[in-house]
Amino acid sequence: MAVQALDAGRPSIDWQKWALPAALIAVAYCLIPAYASSYLVEAILLPFLALSLAAVGLNLLTGYCGQLSLGSSAFMAVGAFAAYNFNLRVEGLPLAATMILAGISAAGIGVVFGLPSLRLRGFYLAVSTLAAQFFVQWALTKFGWFSNDNPSGVISAPHLVIAGFSFDGATGRYLLSVTTVILLTALVWRLVNSATGRNFIAVRDNETAARVIGVPVLRTKLLAFAISSFIIGVAGVLWAFTYLRTVEPAGFNLDRSFQILFIIIIGGLASIRGAFLGAAFIVVFPLALSRLGAALFGWLFDSGVLDMSQRIVLGALIIIFLIAEPNGLSALLDRLKRRIGSRSS
Amino acid sequence: MIGASLGAAAYERAPEISGILAGAGPVEDTRPARLSAKTDAILTLSGIGIAFGGVKALSDVDLEVKGGEIRAVIGPNGAGKSSLINIISGLYHADRGRIAIDGQSFSRVPASRLARLGVARTFQNLALFGGLSVRDNIASGRVHTRRASFVEHIAGLPRARREDARIAEKVDRTIAFLHLDTVADRLVATLPYGLQKRVELARALVAEPKILLLDEPMAGMTATEKAEMAGFVRAARDRHGVTIILIEHDIGVVMGLSDRVAVLDYGRKIADGTPAEVRTDPAVIRAYIGTADGEGI
Ligand SMILES: Nc1ncnc2c1ncn2[C@@H]1O[C@H](COP(=O)(O)OP(=O)(O)OP(=O)(O)O)[C@@H](O)[C@H]1O
Ligand SMILES: [Mg+2]
Repeated sequence: MAVQALDAGRPSIDWQKWALPAALIAVAYCLIPAYASSYLVEAILLPFLALSLAAVGLNLLTGYCGQLSLGSSAFMAVGAFAAYNFNLRVEGLPLAATMILAGISAAGIGVVFGLPSLRLRGFYLAVSTLAAQFFVQWALTKFGWFSNDNPSGVISAPHLVIAGFSFDGATGRYLLSVTTVILLTALVWRLVNSATGRNFIAVRDNETAARVIGVPVLRTKLLAFAISSFIIGVAGVLWAFTYLRTVEPAGFNLDRSFQILFIIIIGGLASIRGAFLGAAFIVVFPLALSRLGAALFGWLFDSGVLDMSQRIVLGALIIIFLIAEPNGLSALLDRLKRRIGSRSS
Repeated sequence: MIGASLGAAAYERAPEISGILAGAGPVEDTRPARLSAKTDAILTLSGIGIAFGGVKALSDVDLEVKGGEIRAVIGPNGAGKSSLINIISGLYHADRGRIAIDGQSFSRVPASRLARLGVARTFQNLALFGGLSVRDNIASGRVHTRRASFVEHIAGLPRARREDARIAEKVDRTIAFLHLDTVADRLVATLPYGLQKRVELARALVAEPKILLLDEPMAGMTATEKAEMAGFVRAARDRHGVTIILIEHDIGVVMGLSDRVAVLDYGRKIADGTPAEVRTDPAVIRAYIGTADGEGI
């Protein structure tokens, strides 16, 4: 029994842990830039990367720290509009600095709207984060300054230049996006595997016990809001600058917040890999559905029908996941791997 | 009437277990020396009262705990035992009375500073972090000694690494002490109940507290598990001199393990003394006969 117990929990050997990330990085930097079509990059990879990063950020807050938020899209908007303004108003500010400042702006707003978490939990907290959602969208529409007085509040991406090289082309934007996502994901990975990450989990799993053993509960929650919003803010910059190129405040509405929440539910709470699996699913699913629909029903399957069937299928999937597999695609993948492993051995 | 139970039999084996725990050779009995060296109270409750709505959970309770003793608190269900521990650990705030912990006097104990005051506790219902491994659960018991910020953790700076190493060493020692080696890397939620109880004790002990509050650490365990747990509790006191407040329903365990016993009934302290004194106290016998909860008696 002792031996069995020992085996069950042992972390896998190092090469196994590093093989997959190394392979993914090779694909990301060698294969995709060389072979991917511009449709694949523009319609799939760029939204996938931005949404993945936003989901990584939300997962930190909701999955790891247990604080439910419906304000993700607001923090994306803060990131996007802050980056636009820093770039516009600070002469010669490097792109990297713009993105970091945008993240910090989102973190600041995140902390403010995280303050209710010191008192509220679960459903009530989620409702209070809705305030962020409505307030930010209202402020960005109401005050022309944020969009440099564009009548409809629309902002356009600036030229993306780093060290004299232009990243405006599809491949350039992809490289910028993928690099940002990899860097921030690596930092989050370090964070969740550190004592700070374990404090997040402690607060999530048993706040009272956490407090009694000396976890600074209030500081931990606000830190989770800050870091999470920083990452979601940068994801907003990617969304606006590398994917859409022109955005308006209405693009960062409650639907988007729910979309990011669905990504982490489908992908798996408290799992970085889950954020990517969920984002891949959310991006590919409507495209696959429309192809399938068109193939089966032809012209009957117009955009209205597509939209409706998409919502129905997605809603059903969320319910199925919540009931049958609360740990999402990530856990499904684990189980599949184990089954294949046990069959081959 | 009181005393004949399987818990008493279990306790007979405890010295032998603590001998094994000590590892190097037989343990010497440090009790007489320790008791004469430290006789002053390390924890004093005076005039504690608390009510929930109309229910008086505790009224005018005094309790004095000497350094290094195992102080049992017993009483029927709903007597107010857990409320007492919750007041000492700052989770409940008493309506009346004061709590002095190691020389510092409070009317409300600050729960967030509890660990730094040298107090650790376990909970009547398991309060572990289900998403963490056994090792990480135990390590969290030393979180109050950490100073490094999250930036230092992400960057892996020296101070963060030093803290991790220092804590890992203490965790390893606690894991060995409580025989948790074989399950150390498992998710705590996957362990059987008895082991989870032990992990919770480990998380409290790793903090190296001066005062340890144990709220029914053996509830729901088999006789063997109880005996083991009793051995650990005793060894913790004998080896580290930690002062222990023990809530337990199994009178056999209590009588064998504790130096002094306080008895609560309907929120009042009805008896206080050595196990021998308490077990013959007419008020205690009456309180226990008067309830359906005669477990262990
Ligand atoms: N948070 C609370 N809210 C309301 N009532 C409470 C609360 N905590 C305790 N009580 C009440 O106070 C009384 C004492 O409860 P307490 O949990 O301290 O008893 P106990 O001696 O630990 O009992 P048990 O042996 O069942 O654990 C009970 O009547 C209980 O219902
Ligand atoms: Mg109780």
